[in-house]
Amino acid sequence: MPPDLPRLYRRIEAFHDELFTAPWRSALQREANRQQDALLAMLFLEALGVPNPASYYTLELYPEMVEAFHQWHRRMGLERFPEIGFCC
Amino acid sequence: MPAVVVAVLVFTAFYLGFRLYSRYLAEKVYRLDPNFVTPAHELKDGVDYVPTNKHVLFGHHFTSVAGAAPIVGPAIAVYWGWLPAMLWVVFGAIFAAGVHDTGALVTSVRNKGQNIGTLSGSVISSRARSLFLIILFFLLTLVNAVFAAVMATLFIANPAAVIPAVAVIPIAIAVGQRVYRSRSPALIPSLIGLVVLYIMIPVGQLYPVSVDDLAALAGLSPKTTWILLIFLYTWFASRLPVWMLLQPRDYINSHQLFVALGLIFCGVLAGFDTINAPAVNTHIAADSPSWFPFLFITIACGAISGFHSLVASGTTSKQLDKETDARYVGYLGALGEGSLALGAILATTAGIGTAAVWNEKYVDFGTASSGAVGNFVGGVGHFVSHLGIPPELGAIFASVVVITFAGTTMDTGVRLQRYIFQEVGELIGARWLARNVTLATTAGVAAPLALALAPGGGEQGFAFGRLWQLFGTTNQLTAGLTLAVVAVWTAARRCNPVAPLIPLVFLLFMTVYALFLNLVTFYTQRDWLLLSLDSIILVLSVWLLVEAIVAFNRLRRASRAQAVPVER
Repeated sequence: MPPDLPRLYRRIEAFHDELFTAPWRSALQREANRQQDALLAMLFLEALGVPNPASYYTLELYPEMVEAFHQWHRRMGLERFPEIGFCC
Repeated sequence: MPAVVVAVLVFTAFYLGFRLYSRYLAEKVYRLDPNFVTPAHELKDGVDYVPTNKHVLFGHHFTSVAGAAPIVGPAIAVYWGWLPAMLWVVFGAIFAAGVHDTGALVTSVRNKGQNIGTLSGSVISSRARSLFLIILFFLLTLVNAVFAAVMATLFIANPAAVIPAVAVIPIAIAVGQRVYRSRSPALIPSLIGLVVLYIMIPVGQLYPVSVDDLAALAGLSPKTTWILLIFLYTWFASRLPVWMLLQPRDYINSHQLFVALGLIFCGVLAGFDTINAPAVNTHIAADSPSWFPFLFITIACGAISGFHSLVASGTTSKQLDKETDARYVGYLGALGEGSLALGAILATTAGIGTAAVWNEKYVDFGTASSGAVGNFVGGVGHFVSHLGIPPELGAIFASVVVITFAGTTMDTGVRLQRYIFQEVGELIGARWLARNVTLATTAGVAAPLALALAPGGGEQGFAFGRLWQLFGTTNQLTAGLTLAVVAVWTAARRCNPVAPLIPLVFLLFMTVYALFLNLVTFYTQRDWLLLSLDSIILVLSVWLLVEAIVAFNRLRRASRAQAVPVER
């Protein structure tokens, strides 16, 4: 039976991606997370008890970011956010 | 003896080590449990904590630990003959590195993927954590200094390697952008990147680049000029975001590692060259160091390297799917680096030419040290000539591999030095240092640059050999600290800690002995810089010894009082 070359190529391609490219994509994701974390920390300063001089301007972003907020505080090591009713 | 026979014997020993000794470690010493929930599952986040297939994870781990060091060390150490170097690589990889790498991986997995620095604080003492940071600082300073000297030597010996080595930067950025912008598989762009890089090799041969004119203009030697240029590049490179240059360069290096290993061993197989170097060199020059104990610190990476514990506990432990995979990933990773060291030994003993040529290139330790990397690239050039590739092109290829490995390590090293300076700035309340990235980077570059440019530092072979040995001692100290953590943790679980204890005692003895002998040498030579460095590292070694003894005594007392720490 002749070898299924396209299938073999796809398998090599997938293995190459896992072996070489996945760590690089992880590094990119880590950098994106770092930037996202910095943004969220600035947006939600007041929720953390720190006065935010720019809150008047950042307020309208809250609805957009609230979904990401839950992921963020978990990444920061808080399984549940301490302020009741704010998040989870 | 034919090189291929030695290679087969070494690989057979590695196979037996994996089949028998790693199984003993997995079952009796580390008691690996297939049902243990690893951090990759417990803390899964899709970025750092990702359960990964063991074959793929082995590839990640191996490409992270393998670099220029397992090439340079063995290429110097064959000065004492190929047999002692080979035996240390084989026994070191099987009985020390395998225990160390697997142990670091398992200990980290059992402690939520914590790195070895944090583990030394929790398992041994908070002082051990400070010790770890100090050793790390010296390790990074020395690795940056010696790699700058290695790169400068290669650029001078092989001006044809300059263009391909520099071309790696835009190629890496281009391939990186392609991977970044497209979610499609990266196989084809990567292959294109490699092909372009290898096309640059004959281009480099047509247009060799020399800094002689620039050096004459500045009134410096070519080597000093290259060292300054390399650190200037590193200063800029370490300021860029990781994803922009460092990560894509690493990506290209990972491919190059497999290409280089494949070419070396295919060449060994095809050529059936004979090892022309003596098995044991009986013509050791009077001013050259003895193999005992210097062999064991000259070859660090390749036999046992503390750097592996940073990778094993820093990233690999967070991706381990099952705890039992630690045997495959950790132990085989150590053997993989041993294979690279084997390639370096064969290239510098069988690929170098006749016995007379070898005797000339390894006439004394100074000549051996300064020419070690050049001998390796020449040997690889000879091996690949059996595959139909002109030896000159093969030598340039090998130079590019070593230069790119060393360059990437320096980028990482200077970056980490910067973080250390910033952390120290925070600790002592010096905000001007902690908040100023430019200043912290300059400080991170200045320390190794001063060492590389110190009188005799990178210029003379003998001094380079001594500098390399100092680097080896810090690397072995890192390994010693890791083995101490692993041994204490193993004993606390009521398992037999003899397997990590034997290499720990061996390494500490060899390191302290070598440091003491070097102390005497540096004093008689009035080399105050190396003397100071050697003294500090000697103090760190004694400190480590004391910490390990105190930790074991505490454990013994706790055991007697039936208050053994809870198994983790």
